[in-house]
Amino acid sequence: MHETDMTKALIITVKDWWESQLDRPKIESVHLIVGQFTCVEPVSLQFAFEVQTRNTFLEGAKLVIQETPLIAFCHRCQQDYAPEIGLQYACPDCQSPMEDIRSGRELKIDRIEYADNSAVTTGKSQV
Amino acid sequence: MHQTFDAALGINLLHANQAGADHNREHFDEWGITCLNVMSSPGAGKTVLLERTLEALSSELKIAVIEGDMTTELDAERLRQYGVPVIAINTGRSCHLDSKMVAGGIHRLAHDYNPSDFDLVLVENVGNLVCPAEFEVGEHAKVALLSVTEGEDKPLKYPVMFREANCLLITKMDLAPYLDVDVSQIEANVRQMNPHATIIPISGKTGEGLEAWLDWVRSQCDRKIALSPQLSIYG
Repeated sequence: MHETDMTKALIITVKDWWESQLDRPKIESVHLIVGQFTCVEPVSLQFAFEVQTRNTFLEGAKLVIQETPLIAFCHRCQQDYAPEIGLQYACPDCQSPMEDIRSGRELKIDRIEYADNSAVTTGKSQV
Repeated sequence: MHQTFDAALGINLLHANQAGADHNREHFDEWGITCLNVMSSPGAGKTVLLERTLEALSSELKIAVIEGDMTTELDAERLRQYGVPVIAINTGRSCHLDSKMVAGGIHRLAHDYNPSDFDLVLVENVGNLVCPAEFEVGEHAKVALLSVTEGEDKPLKYPVMFREANCLLITKMDLAPYLDVDVSQIEANVRQMNPHATIIPISGKTGEGLEAWLDWVRSQCDRKIALSPQLSIYG
C-alpha cells in the first residue's frame, strides 16, 4: 500500500505550507494532479487521506484528484496518441515505441483551497 | 462571510523522497560509487543474480550490498558468504525501499568502512513490480528482472517499472524450453514502452547471459569513473 506513504508525504508537504502561514488557515481542499501512467491508485489515495487526516489540521479537508491521461508523442508520425494502458504502448499507426510521454506521469500537489480564518471558527487541531 | 482562497503549490508529491534520493546520489558521487537499484517481483531471481555478480566481480570491484528484502536476514546471510559488506535494511511491512531507508544504509556503510574505497553499491529492492518504480533511492541506473515464468504480458501490465529500467534481465532462461513462453515477445513488449533499455536474457543456473550482464555492470562503473571529477583517486 504505497499510497499510505504517498499520503504521508502529501500531509507533510501541506503541513509545511500551513505552518508557514501566519494565521494557520482552515484548509478546505487539497488538489492533486495524478497521471494515469503512475503507480498511484486514486481510490486508495482517497482512502488513505481520509484515514490519515483524522484528528489532524487536515480533518475534514477534501482531497480532489484530477487524473491526467497518458498521452505520448510519436516522432515518426509527428502526432500525439493515447496508448492503451495494459495493452498497447507503441504508436498505433507506425508501431514506433512509446518514447516521449507528454502527459500521464504527473504526481503533483497542484493547489490548496483554504478559508479566511476570521470567517471560520477553527477547532484546536494538532497533528 | 465564507471566503475561499487558493494557494498554488505545484510541488511533486514525492519531492521529499526525490530530495533524499538526490542527496544519496551526491554521497555516492563524492565517493566515486556507482549505485544500481535492482528490482523485480518476488522470486524473479534478484538474490541469485547478486550472488553470481559478487562471485564474478568482487575481485575486480569493491562492492557493497544494501539489502531491502522484507522481515528476514536470510538473503543478507546468503550474500555475506561472498565476503562483501551486506547492509540489511528492515523494511518492515513496507512494499518498497525509499531514499530515507537507503540513506540509513549509506550511513552505516560510511560508519563501518571507508566509503571512498568502494566502486559499486547494489541495492536489492523489495520484491514488487509496482511501487519501487516510483521511489528513487539515489541510484545511477535501474535494473529490472523479469523471469520467464512470469509471462510475456507483465511488461504491459506493470509498464512504469519496465519504462524506467535502464537494464532488463530476462531471468531463469534455463526454464524457457519447458514453458510455453515466447522470450522474443517479452522483449517486444518491453520495447513498446522502453526503446533504450539494455535487454539481456540470463540464467543464474547455466551462466547464460552472465558475461553480458557483468559487462553492463562494468560499463556503468566505467562511465561513473569517466564522469567523476576526482579522477586522480582512481590512479
